[in-house]
Amino acid sequence: MELLCPAGSKPALKAALKHGADAIYVGLKGETNARHFAGLNLNDQGLAEAAAEVHRQGRRLHVAINTFAHPGHWKRWQEAVDHAVRAGADVLIIADIAVLDYAHQRYPEVELHLSVQASATNVAAIDFYQQQFGVSRVVLPRVLSMPQVSALARSVSVELEVFAFGSLCIMAEGRCYLSSYMTGESPNNAGACSPAKFVRWEEKPNGQLESRLNGILIDRFEKDENAGYPTLCKGRFESGGERYHVLEEPTSLNTLALLPQLHQEGIKAVKIEGRQRSPAYVAQVTQVWRAALDRVLADPHNYQVAEAWNTQLAGLSEGSQTTLGAYHRRWR
Amino acid sequence: MQFALGPVLYYWSAQKMRDFYTQVAASPAQVVYLGETVCPKRREWRLPDYLAVAHELREAGKTVVLSTMTLLESPADLRELRRHCDNGEFTVEANDIGAVGLLHEQGLPFVAGPAINCYNPRTLKKLATLGMQRWVMPVELSRDWLAELLDQPEVQDIRSAFEVEVFAFGHLPLAWSARCFTARSENRPKDQCGLCCIDYPDGKAVHNQEGQRLFTLNGIQTQSGSRYNLINELPSMAGLVDCVRLSPQAEGTFDWLARFHANSGGECPVALEPNDSNGYWLKLAGIEQVETA
Repeated sequence: MELLCPAGSKPALKAALKHGADAIYVGLKGETNARHFAGLNLNDQGLAEAAAEVHRQGRRLHVAINTFAHPGHWKRWQEAVDHAVRAGADVLIIADIAVLDYAHQRYPEVELHLSVQASATNVAAIDFYQQQFGVSRVVLPRVLSMPQVSALARSVSVELEVFAFGSLCIMAEGRCYLSSYMTGESPNNAGACSPAKFVRWEEKPNGQLESRLNGILIDRFEKDENAGYPTLCKGRFESGGERYHVLEEPTSLNTLALLPQLHQEGIKAVKIEGRQRSPAYVAQVTQVWRAALDRVLADPHNYQVAEAWNTQLAGLSEGSQTTLGAYHRRWR
Repeated sequence: MQFALGPVLYYWSAQKMRDFYTQVAASPAQVVYLGETVCPKRREWRLPDYLAVAHELREAGKTVVLSTMTLLESPADLRELRRHCDNGEFTVEANDIGAVGLLHEQGLPFVAGPAINCYNPRTLKKLATLGMQRWVMPVELSRDWLAELLDQPEVQDIRSAFEVEVFAFGHLPLAWSARCFTARSENRPKDQCGLCCIDYPDGKAVHNQEGQRLFTLNGIQTQSGSRYNLINELPSMAGLVDCVRLSPQAEGTFDWLARFHANSGGECPVALEPNDSNGYWLKLAGIEQVETA
């Protein structure tokens, strides 16, 4: 089981390497990946340098080209694939059928992983992508329970990768248009959810802090409250006369407790979310997960989550809270 | 231009379903989608009930399509999907790529539903190659996006092989989750949801703290708070769109179907209501409404 860590920049990549990532995933600048944020991601030369550095240390580089190509701009997606392959990427992470088809035809020797944005949650979907495009690994959406992950692992021949830690998407990835409903831009059509350019903070005379997305009120915070980024599914709204986090609390996914089960089911990789995060964040999370993974690989039966790991991860989590998310029945 | 009634997205009682489809048979809708696409626990009507009404509607001259579940998580979900694909009579709307795979294996034609991520001509062409006869465009796409997509050479060669359908009326299905938001809103765990969706035949409204309607909870599906309404955009669909989908609402569906019919060529525009939106089609945020009557 390998540890796959995010890097939105060269310093983050170095941090992940230093602290024990087996593989690192990055994106190219522009709209071809689902973390299309200002100041993030690598240009063509940066990608080649990253690949060289990663290979020097005997690790692997995955490149996410996981948005959906726009009509009339196909060249951008095609070039992203060409550049990634030329730079020496070991793996391409792809969601769009058009991009998969191109990469499979043009570079049959390059390993293709199905991005979480392709929303493959069942055997029939996984078989389809394997048969049509030769994908060798599928990244599972964060909507499956642990028993469902187990059932899948026992019925497919591709490798499976799961999200282990980081921001929690509560919707099936690749199947959420809430962001474009409010802003016009979504992960599918623009590579970002609740994009920063639409965010506005306003302090009211009574000391309350308001967060808005494209002018729409997402939440209000009292002075002593921890004000989270206005990801639109994590606001406090009203339904049936109650005010609460109608969709989801600001919280992070943390599956340290599930590692032995994931290992037992033969899950090939655990993925850390967060290409938009700082090098310091990547360093700390990688460190904790490296330690946990080493422990489970050495002695799965006596594995226990160290309290220090949880404390360290909680400090890095949204609202200092973590959850097992959909892997656990009660979350649903 | 044809008019279609999409699958009922809400959980209605068996009686309400029967009443609704009795009216459908007598309505001017040419295409009717039947099936549960949101939650496998909703069993007021099962596949045999849908098939029975499918036969009646076919007798009444409708083109009937069986719609399949969107988020397939368990082996049981997949078995149910197979039963739909193996129905032997009616075309199937694939709402998950797994359904596309199963139908293609059997050499069966299919409709690609709005939750299939088809954003560009190459993907569209691939789906057509696999057997797609009709493409329901993802709800977040605009008229400009559609026009540009259909204008690409890859599509022009095969444009006669499939029809284009657009979701044009009703609360927009925007997201699917493992979590049931309706059960959560009633403080029930999903395992013991009590099938509470049946109490909300139009879903459950969500407002922000300023009273702005944002979303509609429909079990594991999150819908737009606004009602998407492209009635005044029908003339702008000419030459691009073959079929216009109205999503069944608890009340007033047939009145709106009649209004859409009457305004096919722009003869009878209708003033939009305050909670109507048309932003997506106009290349804006989906929630927006631009007065077009």
